[in-house]
Amino acid sequence: MKKEKRKLKKTGIVTTVLLVIVTVIQLFPLYWMFTFSLKSNKEIFGGNIIGLPQNWEWENYTKVFAKAHLGRYLFNSMVVTGLTILFTLVLSAMATYAIVRLIWKLSNVVYFIFLTGMMLSIHAVLLPLFVNMKPLLDTYWALIIPYVAFAMPTAILLMTGTLEALPKELEEAAFIDGANIYRVFWQIIMPLMRPILSTVAILTFLSSWNEMMLAIAFVSGEKYKTITVGVNDMVGKYSTKWGLIGAGLTVATIPTLVLYVFLSKNIQKSLAMGAVKG
Amino acid sequence: MERALRDKKAICFFVLPALIWFCAIALLPVFQSAGYSLLDWDGIRDAKFIGVENYIKMLGDPLFYKAVWNSILLAAASVFIQLPISMVLALVLAGGVRGENFYRNAFFVPVIISGTIIAHLWMKIYHPSYGLLNMGLEALGLSSLTREWLGSEGTALAACFVPMVWQYIGYHMLLFYSAAKSISPEIIEAAQVDGATGFQTAWRVIIPMIVPMIKACVIFAIIGSLKSFDLIYILTNGGPVHASEVPSLLMYKKIFISNEYGYASAIAIFIILECLLFTFIVQKIFNRIQKE
Repeated sequence: MKKEKRKLKKTGIVTTVLLVIVTVIQLFPLYWMFTFSLKSNKEIFGGNIIGLPQNWEWENYTKVFAKAHLGRYLFNSMVVTGLTILFTLVLSAMATYAIVRLIWKLSNVVYFIFLTGMMLSIHAVLLPLFVNMKPLLDTYWALIIPYVAFAMPTAILLMTGTLEALPKELEEAAFIDGANIYRVFWQIIMPLMRPILSTVAILTFLSSWNEMMLAIAFVSGEKYKTITVGVNDMVGKYSTKWGLIGAGLTVATIPTLVLYVFLSKNIQKSLAMGAVKG
Repeated sequence: MERALRDKKAICFFVLPALIWFCAIALLPVFQSAGYSLLDWDGIRDAKFIGVENYIKMLGDPLFYKAVWNSILLAAASVFIQLPISMVLALVLAGGVRGENFYRNAFFVPVIISGTIIAHLWMKIYHPSYGLLNMGLEALGLSSLTREWLGSEGTALAACFVPMVWQYIGYHMLLFYSAAKSISPEIIEAAQVDGATGFQTAWRVIIPMIVPMIKACVIFAIIGSLKSFDLIYILTNGGPVHASEVPSLLMYKKIFISNEYGYASAIAIFIILECLLFTFIVQKIFNRIQKE
């Protein structure tokens, strides 16, 4: 028994070293990004590559907002992501309600059609969408419409699981009280599904905020560019100015990091749930 | 109530918006892609029906094979390098260590960051003169190993792979971790009472019980690699001399650079079929494992 205990303690040290090394590998690049965002080229090329900045060049940040329009791109990303989440939640919840609770012959067929969406990816429809949506290119809708379409299958799968497990008593009572079906959906079903709605919102946020292929292909005008594309272009423009690039990358990362700090548990739970779809 | 739930108007109201949206934007365009793949079309002039000629061209194109081979290498590396690392981390954390939550949260951070940002950050890490990697090698006295990681044919693909591993290790770790955590503690305690070491418990008890999650992760890792785009698009754009070309990138270039719409669609259809095929194979392999 005693021997066993000592052994555990020993692996404890090895494990701790391993875990600390991995932590450093996972976090150091981000620390580095933040520090070089506050340095001048002179400092970086002068040898201070990994240390803390000697002069904290906060101007790098004011410059990326003033010159590279990062504020505009952040706003665009918020509009696109916000509307994508809104449409995904409302439409998926409505479809889920019809599939799970309403009584009609084709409900299983329709459910199956949505599930085929799990196999599809945006790659497969890049060109057809580019052709079909010509008039909408260079608007928010060029991104929102496909993002919603590709978010719905997972959303419906997750919501179906939840709604099937919810007891029907509350709905029955509401019907008896004379509420119509739209009211039952909006005032009873939606509030009951709140936890799964937040899971879907998180998944949709991450996939649309970070998406790049469509964002680059479908939106080229300054006015509607999202943050990923904006930063990408900015890096091309200031390719030798490390401080500005670092500031741009940091600004683009902060919204997700802030969200993560507040919701890390929820985000991890959501991604784990979203994975179960496989 | 029964009558309310059978109301045709309500059913249409609830299901049609999502159904029409999904079919028009995600489902039907796949068939459209299949149709395009039979055309000789540049998007401007009239399209001409040429049957399976694009597929014949594709199967005779060395660049296409190069791209597919690269994506398969990425998939193999994910399954045999990335997943084992994630598994070890998950098992260590799930076994209970001090600071379990801190480590889990820290490993997971890169997962939520956009691939675009990660790619640009790693571009700086790989920078030939001021990047972390070459600087680190020099500091260790290994100057002979420093090189242009992204600019050399020999290292470009591997240099794209490393950030992919770095980013998604935390994701697979989380999935393995949550599966391992859902095993009832009594089972693990029973193994320990029988005298199993930590390693034996992991290998004989925990891993066999989370095979379904391993299957899911293998499928995600493979499909993710076969479709990889963002990181490579920024890091190397498939270069140098196509050393890191992958199918999605090839398709993207055929659409937006050379305007070969028909050929690009053939590649798109290939990617879908390739992913389905690999999913099917992995399912088969795991069904056999699970039976045993």
